[in-house]
Amino acid sequence: MNKERRSEILATAPSFLWLAMFVLVPVLIIFAIAFRPALPAGGIGEGWSLDAVRSLAEPAYLSLLLRTLWISALTTAACIALSLPVAYAMARLTPVWRSRVLLLVIVPFWTNFVIRVFAWQQILHAQGYLAELLRGLHLIGPNDRLLGNLGAVVLVSVYTYLPFSILPLFAAAEKFDFGLLDAARDLGAKPARAFFGVFVPGVRQGIITAFLVVFIPMLGSYVVPDMVGGTGTQMIGNKIAQRNFSDRNLPEAAALSGALALLVLAPMFLRRKEKPQ
Amino acid sequence: MASYLRFENVTRRFGSFTAVDDVNIDIQQGETFSLLGPSGCGKTTLLRMAAGFDKPDAGRILLDGKDITPLPPDKRPVNTVFQSYALFPHLSVRDNIAFGPKIAKWPQDAITRGVDEMLDLIDLKAHAGKKPAQLSGGMKQRVAIARALVNKPKVLLLDEPLAALDLKLRQRLLVELDAIHDEVGITFIYVTHDQGEAMSISDRIAVMNKGTIEQVGPPAEIYEAPRSSFVAAFIGDTNFLDGRVTEAIDPRFSRCEVNGFGSIVIDNDKPVTPGDRVHLSLRPEKLLVSREQPSSSDLENAIAGKVEDVIYFGSHTRYWVRCGEWRLCAEMQHRKYQLDEQSPKWGDTVWLRWHANDGFLLEQYRAEDEGLLTLPDEDS
Ligand SMILES: Nc1ncnc2c1ncn2[C@@H]1O[C@H](COP(=O)(O)OP(=O)(O)OP(=O)(O)O)[C@@H](O)[C@H]1O
Ligand SMILES: [Mg+2]
Repeated sequence: MNKERRSEILATAPSFLWLAMFVLVPVLIIFAIAFRPALPAGGIGEGWSLDAVRSLAEPAYLSLLLRTLWISALTTAACIALSLPVAYAMARLTPVWRSRVLLLVIVPFWTNFVIRVFAWQQILHAQGYLAELLRGLHLIGPNDRLLGNLGAVVLVSVYTYLPFSILPLFAAAEKFDFGLLDAARDLGAKPARAFFGVFVPGVRQGIITAFLVVFIPMLGSYVVPDMVGGTGTQMIGNKIAQRNFSDRNLPEAAALSGALALLVLAPMFLRRKEKPQ
Repeated sequence: MASYLRFENVTRRFGSFTAVDDVNIDIQQGETFSLLGPSGCGKTTLLRMAAGFDKPDAGRILLDGKDITPLPPDKRPVNTVFQSYALFPHLSVRDNIAFGPKIAKWPQDAITRGVDEMLDLIDLKAHAGKKPAQLSGGMKQRVAIARALVNKPKVLLLDEPLAALDLKLRQRLLVELDAIHDEVGITFIYVTHDQGEAMSISDRIAVMNKGTIEQVGPPAEIYEAPRSSFVAAFIGDTNFLDGRVTEAIDPRFSRCEVNGFGSIVIDNDKPVTPGDRVHLSLRPEKLLVSREQPSSSDLENAIAGKVEDVIYFGSHTRYWVRCGEWRLCAEMQHRKYQLDEQSPKWGDTVWLRWHANDGFLLEQYRAEDEGLLTLPDEDS
């Protein structure tokens, strides 16, 4: 072991220990709890049991999983679709304007996330101004609701995660050689063709990062579907909360959490395969 | 001869700065036409307007008699080879070349044939599957040329295509480019700030300075008969002499007094009458340096001076010779090896000799252009 390697290990040791203590160990505890029996009163029993893990085979979970994937995918797709032109436009700005707009992208983080979702709850409320306005314009029927449905969950999720997809895409767009778009136009491409045929492949790494930073947290989404969604938009996170707080069945909650953790690892492998390029 | 690509009173301003100022150029079909000028003189701006990336503030651009000024780049039968190559990094060499034909919706077999032809032309068949990042600079350059040429443009625009390459490769690609031009017969507009490149590849050269065209003509004409002090000084090296015409010898030659220098015979490259102030450009290689006083003849000028600086360049040697108030630069080829004691050295008195025909009277002289001339190293 050479000197450089040793100092590298020393330098990364604290964060490694931190992660081991507060991420790896808790995750392992959760995996362990999944194999414990549940006590009727809500505690964790002695000994080992496969009941909680077997409960994952419940048919209802399949639709829950599919719904979670669907909402996450919709949100991720919308975030990337919106971020691409934003990142493009930002990268073309003069440096002064670029940092101003960058600040605007980050400004929402100055307000607590739950408060912002609460604000959306007010905006989308059935008696809110927006609903009144849309009703007045006959764009929605008298009984249509803006809240409690898939649309609300995706809308607020997109709002929440948009900065997370703009930032990596902007970082990629900033490095993109815009001369390539001139070259594409020169070779006969219309602006849209140049954008999709040259710019989008050019910021591919940014798209992959944006996908990961939106899709993975979305799989564990809990607050947004809880606050602006309804029964039809329940996601795995909500089910875990329900098992935990209402049903007081900790092993089943742990089994679901473990399954979610494994699900999250899948897109990480996508990243692994991309890296060597 | 009818012009094929025509710039008509083209002007482009950036704010209060005029990058291209009322430019008129007529380019013939099939010729290699160079835009030559120092950095920032507006060459790229002019080329971008021809390609459609930029619009003139005034004037128009005609291709084959048709006004193409309002057309976007994708609607112009013109392709560009960019200085930075601008190859698509996510596409292979083959797909880079096929980019244009695919957009133009050529049939698949025509695309394959067209791309193969180009790969043959640039001799990169073996590398067709590689990505640009895996290619050397020279290869990238050739792919950029092929990617533009495959579309069979009416005019190919090349913006300093060799600037990023080393000298040897540049010389080789220049020859290759010339061969490609002969083979495809497409009109080339070649932008460069390298006079050697422009001289060797062009049928005609337009010398640009500060957004305007100083002179247009074949390389030899630009070199031998520069219109202005800028052209004379930017292309090659020269000496400027200014004097007053004292006497007309015959319709072709005059006598002229140069202050602190003496009386010399000049060729009337432009009509002059006694009393006129004239500016003469005298190329260093036209001056013969000798240690003995040459036998004088009517149209020969001979003047004595002292060698102030000598620089050996291998193929030739440069002498800076002080003649009264003037310091002239002379250049001597080494046809055969000269023994050291024979060649003039620092401090020697030598004679400079030239024929009246060897100087050229400038139509336009600006003192600032003296700054473009090569000076001897001051601290030597
Ligand atoms: N988009 C622009 N905005 C402002 N000024 C510009 C712009 N494009 C070019 N210029 C200015 O116009 C002048 C001419 O630029 P141009 O790029 O045409 O020069 P060039 O002759 O190609 O020089 P080089 O040999 O360095 O490439 C320069 O002074 C440049 O600063
Ligand atoms: Mg340029």
